Amino acid sequence: MTAEGKVSAANRDHYREQFAQLALRHAGAEPPWLQRTRAAAFERFAELGLPSLRDEDWKYTSVATLEKHTFKLVPASLNGVGADQLVKPALDGSHLLVFVNGRYAPDLSRPGRLPGGAEVGSLAAAVADRPDRFESFLARDAEAPVNGFTALNAAFWADGAHIDLAAGCSVDEPIQLLFIATDADLAIHPRNIVRAGAGSHAEIIEHYIGLNDSAYFTDAVTQIQVDSGAAIVHTKLQQESLRGYHIADIRAEQGLDSRFTSQSFALGGRLSRNDIATRLNAEGCEATLIGLYMANGRQHMDHHTRIDHARPRGTSREFYKGVLDGAARAVFNGKVIVHADAQGTDAQQSNRNLLLSDIAEVDTKPQLEIYADDVKCSHGATVGQLDPEQIGYLRSRGLDETSARALLTFAFAEDVALRVSCAPLKARLEQLLREALPPQMRDQVRELQ
Amino acid sequence: MLTIRNLHAAVEGKPILHGIDLSVHAGEVHAVMGPNGSGKSTLANVLAGRENVVVTAGEVLYEGKNLLPMPPEERAREGVFLAFQYPVEIPGVANIYLLKAALNAVRKHRGQPELDAIDFLALVKDKLKLMEMDQSLLYRSVNEGFSGGEKKRNEILQMAVLEPKLAILDETDSGLDIDALKVVARGVEAMRSPQRAIILVTHYQRLLDYIVPDKVHVLAKGRIAMSGGPDLALELESRGYGWVEAQATTQARGGGDAARGR
Repeated sequence: MTAEGKVSAANRDHYREQFAQLALRHAGAEPPWLQRTRAAAFERFAELGLPSLRDEDWKYTSVATLEKHTFKLVPASLNGVGADQLVKPALDGSHLLVFVNGRYAPDLSRPGRLPGGAEVGSLAAAVADRPDRFESFLARDAEAPVNGFTALNAAFWADGAHIDLAAGCSVDEPIQLLFIATDADLAIHPRNIVRAGAGSHAEIIEHYIGLNDSAYFTDAVTQIQVDSGAAIVHTKLQQESLRGYHIADIRAEQGLDSRFTSQSFALGGRLSRNDIATRLNAEGCEATLIGLYMANGRQHMDHHTRIDHARPRGTSREFYKGVLDGAARAVFNGKVIVHADAQGTDAQQSNRNLLLSDIAEVDTKPQLEIYADDVKCSHGATVGQLDPEQIGYLRSRGLDETSARALLTFAFAEDVALRVSCAPLKARLEQLLREALPPQMRDQVRELQ
Repeated sequence: MLTIRNLHAAVEGKPILHGIDLSVHAGEVHAVMGPNGSGKSTLANVLAGRENVVVTAGEVLYEGKNLLPMPPEERAREGVFLAFQYPVEIPGVANIYLLKAALNAVRKHRGQPELDAIDFLALVKDKLKLMEMDQSLLYRSVNEGFSGGEKKRNEILQMAVLEPKLAILDETDSGLDIDALKVVARGVEAMRSPQRAIILVTHYQRLLDYIVPDKVHVLAKGRIAMSGGPDLALELESRGYGWVEAQATTQARGGGDAARGR
C-alpha cells in the first residue's frame, strides 16, 4: 500500500483494467472525440490519484478507506428494483427519471408531460442520438478535471440525466432524478447536464438513495448552465446507504441576471463530500446556496462550496446548518471569491452547527477573497450545543428532557427546510428531518405537529 | 398546599436563602417582596426546580408531597407554574406548539385525553382575548422578538392555558407600562380561585394596587423578615426596604448566624 490518499499500485492496475474493458465496449459505439476525452481523463486520474490529506481542500476528509476498497467500475443490471420500491422516494407530481446502479431505467421512470421546449431524459441516449450537442460540455473533461474523482467520472460515466430547456421554457413541477443503488462494491459515476436557456425556469431534484446497507461508491458530476434571465433551483438530496461513499461535484455557470439556487440536504452515507460551485459570469446574477447536513454514528459529511463573483452587481446568499450526533464529523468550507471586476457585489454567508454529543466534531471555515473595493460581504460561523436555558424553560412547562431536546433540534434543522419553496419537496424534507431524529424523539416531535 | 420549612439554598456556591418558612393555602394570594438580592427570585426558582439553584437544607411540601426531588417537568405536570422574570426566547418553536405540548403533558399526567385541535384552539383564543394578545403571536417563535411586555403577557397566557394549582409569578410586573400592568393583573385576577394558590414575587407595591394579596411577606438577606396583611405593602412603600433590612440584620446578629446579604 502506498501513502494515504494515493491510489495503490494494485488498485491502479485494477482501474486500468476496468477502463480498458470499458474502452473496448465504447469503441465503435461512441464518437471518437468522446473516447479521446475519456482516455485523457483516465490518464489524468492515473496521474492525480485520489486526493490526500495533504491537499488543502481535503485536509479534513480522508478517502483512504475508499481508496483501499476495490470497486467494480462497470455498471451492472437493474438488479431487481421494482416500481414498489419507488413509492416512498418518488415525489408526488414530479417528472421522474430513475437510474438504477447508474443506468437509466425507462420502465421505472415517468417523465410525464413536459411543456414544449423542455427535453429531459437519459444522457447516454441523447449523446448516442446527437453527440454534437454535448461535445462542448463533455470535451471540457479532457482539459482540467478538478481532482481524481471528477477525472474518474469523466473516464467512467455511463449515464445520467440531460435536461434541456429552450428559451422561455418553464417547467412548473419538479424534475426528480432518482439514483438508486443496490449493488455492493459497485462504483457508480452519474453525469448530469442541465442547460437552461434564456428566461427558462425549472426545479431539479437530484436524489440519491441506497436501498440496502451495501458499501458502494457514487461519484457524481453535475454541470449546470443557467443562461440570461433563467432561474434554476437545484436540490441535492443525499440518502445513500450508511456504508456507502458519496462524492459529488456540482458546478453552475450563470449568465446575465440569472438566478441559481442550490439546496443540499445530506442525511445518509458513511462518507460524503459535496463540492458545489457557481460562477456569476455576468452582471446582476443571484446565487443562493442553502444546506443542511445531519450526521450520526460514524458518518462523515463534507461540504465545500465556492461562489465566484466574476462580474459586477451580483448577489449571493449562503446559509448552511449542521446537526451532529454520536461520533459524527462534518466539514464546511465556504469560499467566496469577489474578482476585481465584480464591483457592487453583495455576499453573505453563514454556517451554524449544533453538536449533540461530546465527541461529534465539525471543522468550519469561511473563506472570503475580495479583489474589488466596492463590495458588501459578511460571513459568520458558529458551533454550539443546545441551550440549557431553553431546555430548562421547556421542562418547566412539562416537557421531559428528551422531548425538549428533540423539539429544539428539530427547530434548528427545520429552519433550513422552511427555506425550500417547492411544496412537495418541503413536506418530504420535514418528514425526513423527523426520521433523522433519534427514535424516542421522533414520536414526540410528530405529536407536536 | 405549599409548606416551606427552614429552606436554605445557594446559587453558584453562594448561599442566598438562609432559612425560609412559609405556608400557602389553596385560595390564597401571597406577595413576596424585598429589595434586590434579598433572595426573592431564588425562592421562586427553587419552587420551579431550576437547576442553577442548590438546596442546602430544609424541605418543601406541595400537596403533602416532597417537591424538591421532583424534576421540573414533573412539578409542572403536578400543577406548579413559574412565570419567569426573563422568559427565554426559543427560535423555531412556534408558541402554539409549546402551548399544545405543555397542555398535553399536563393532561396526560392527569389521565385526561389530549384536546383535539378545535377545542385546543378555542381554549387558546379565549385566553388570548383575556390577555389582549393578537392571534398572530401564536404562530411566532416562543418569545422571539417579543417586547418585554409581550413576553410577560405570554407567560400569563401560558399560565391561563395550563391552569396550574400553584402559580409563582417572578417579577412579572417589572418592565411593564401601566396599561400592560393592568392587563397582566387582570389575567392573574381571573386565575384567582379557591382551588388555586398564587405567589407574587415583586419588588414594587404597584402590582398590588391591582391584585390585592391575602398576605405579604418581606424578604431580607435570605429570610422572611416580616409578614402581614396588604397594609404591610403600603407601609413598605412609604418607609422603604431599609427599615426591614435594619431589623433583619439585628435578628441575624442575635441568632449568631453570619447572614451576609448583598
